[in-house]
Amino acid sequence: MQGPLVKFLIRHPSTLVFLAILACFTVLVTISSEAFGTGLVSTSLVKTLGKTLCLCLVALAMDLVWGYCGILSLGHFAFFGLGGYMIGMWLMFERTRLIVMDTAANALLPMTPQEIQDAIGSQIFGVVGGSEFPIIWMFSHLLSVQLLLVVLVPGLLALIFGWLAFRSRVTGVYLSILTQAMTLALALYLFQNDSGLRGNNGLSGLQNLPNLDDTPQSVISMWFFWGSAFALGLGYLGAKLIVESKMGNVMRGIRDDEARVRFLGYNVEAYKLFIFTLTAIIAAVAGALYYPQAGIINPAEIAPIASIYLAVWVAIGGRGRLYGAVIGAAVVSLLSSWFTGGQAPDIPLGFATLKWVDWWLVLLGLSFVCVTLYAPKGIGGLFDKLQKGASK
Amino acid sequence: MSGALLEVNAISVSFDGFKAINNLSFNIDSGELRAIIGPNGAGKTTFMDIVTGKTRPDEGDVIWGDDNVSLIKKSESDIANLGIGRKFQKPTVFEDQSVSDNLTMALRNKRSTFAVLFYKSSQKDRDAVATIAGDIGLKDHLDQRGGDLSHGQKQWLEIGMLLAQEPQLLLVDEPAAGMTVDERNQTVALLKHAAKTRAVVVVEHDMEFIQNLDCKVTVLHEGSVLAEGKLDHVTKNQTVIDVYLGR
Repeated sequence: MQGPLVKFLIRHPSTLVFLAILACFTVLVTISSEAFGTGLVSTSLVKTLGKTLCLCLVALAMDLVWGYCGILSLGHFAFFGLGGYMIGMWLMFERTRLIVMDTAANALLPMTPQEIQDAIGSQIFGVVGGSEFPIIWMFSHLLSVQLLLVVLVPGLLALIFGWLAFRSRVTGVYLSILTQAMTLALALYLFQNDSGLRGNNGLSGLQNLPNLDDTPQSVISMWFFWGSAFALGLGYLGAKLIVESKMGNVMRGIRDDEARVRFLGYNVEAYKLFIFTLTAIIAAVAGALYYPQAGIINPAEIAPIASIYLAVWVAIGGRGRLYGAVIGAAVVSLLSSWFTGGQAPDIPLGFATLKWVDWWLVLLGLSFVCVTLYAPKGIGGLFDKLQKGASK
Repeated sequence: MSGALLEVNAISVSFDGFKAINNLSFNIDSGELRAIIGPNGAGKTTFMDIVTGKTRPDEGDVIWGDDNVSLIKKSESDIANLGIGRKFQKPTVFEDQSVSDNLTMALRNKRSTFAVLFYKSSQKDRDAVATIAGDIGLKDHLDQRGGDLSHGQKQWLEIGMLLAQEPQLLLVDEPAAGMTVDERNQTVALLKHAAKTRAVVVVEHDMEFIQNLDCKVTVLHEGSVLAEGKLDHVTKNQTVIDVYLGR
């Protein structure tokens, strides 16, 4: 018996290939990990790879909204960061609560619930000179609610922002500027100490899962790696289902000629809003998986430049094709962390030394210019050429 | 019939002080084939913009259908769904998508986001696409990219997309522009065929094309109606001759 999904995969073998490669990669990392295998891949590398998978997922969202629907959003990293903040609140609260409870157990007098709450508050907010819990931490003790907020908060922000922007028919570069303004405003707000999210300190210690002190990081990192791989696989499949449906046709139509779609009787604004919000939610889920692996989130993460990098990854990888976005995000972000992590050997030039930490951005900028000029379809476009060459 | 399919009532619109449409009124009956001619800047395209909701008139009203709905406050997509299809001056098809995808997108089906997301192509829809592709002479090109079609084929595909919408009124802006003589004749036949089941309004410069359409002609000049009637009749009108030859 063939289900509709199986039929779909047979019709689109590239998705099957992608999922197979992702599965092989996951198995390979698992059997080379410190926790479940030879230890060839260190725990910190597992975390880097896991984070990279999350970046691939947010790039996939970017490709949907930009590559397919033609909305050059330069604000999707704001949704990514918000997702991270939402899960970070629970991680930080719960872990701090356990520490306070530990101390309380050793104290002579039992602490009242109010005292416990105050102790947690001063632990978390002492760094910004407070001890009161802001109202936005109301549900931080409930994992289920915070998980829901991962989807709801960025989703609502995207919905409201998108509704206002699309309703006024803001398009093209003006929309891009507006999304930059949104992410900048959010970052500036979060930088304030009284924003309720610890200002520029951000949320930290997110790599420690509550109640799992006995579980080594090597194991936890693998859990997140698997989770990220699963989310990417699911996201890829979902995105492929969308772009191959009639919805995908309408999206490409909006990208190529918005007015024509409108005169065909489609409510273009509703479609844009749907895609914008959906991709914001995908970005938020990616962020919620990313930051526990990174261990820390602060407002600098959602600076406007982060969203621009996201667009650069997708452009280099090849927009308008899903695997292009994934390749772009993986290649560029891994190279970036290699060059800026100090692992790349500096090149002595006699009169000066080429330090990659400084020069990587120049290299990235140059390659972006080259891709735009000489390979507008990005790395993904090379696959087209290979295919054409093979069929000749 | 309670009256006309489309009633244009005393509409005016100006852009930066220039009156593009000046107190324009006329009616289109259902099932009518009508040609609109006029020199450059007569307001032909602006008239289409107003009817399809792209431009809002400063004054006047546009009344549609048996229920006498006013169109001037409605969005482009609402007006399209009420049954008015529009063909642009330069052919606009989705170049990146196949002929059959282009037509499927235009088919009269539910347009809501979720209906489209979960749309499943049915035999009925595939048959409809095949029929229209036959009508517009693109039966053998269903899998071809829109962008790979010739100029004339793109024009036909766009007309085909309009037919797929099953509109009661088709507004066609300069369909013959850039076509060979052969293609023009086929386009005339196509539009006449379409006019059997709905009203068709054609804006065109080419007099021979209008002649071949053999229908009532409305001459626009400086945003209002200058003359109306058979082509032979209006071309004998002294003011029309003056306007076309320059005073």
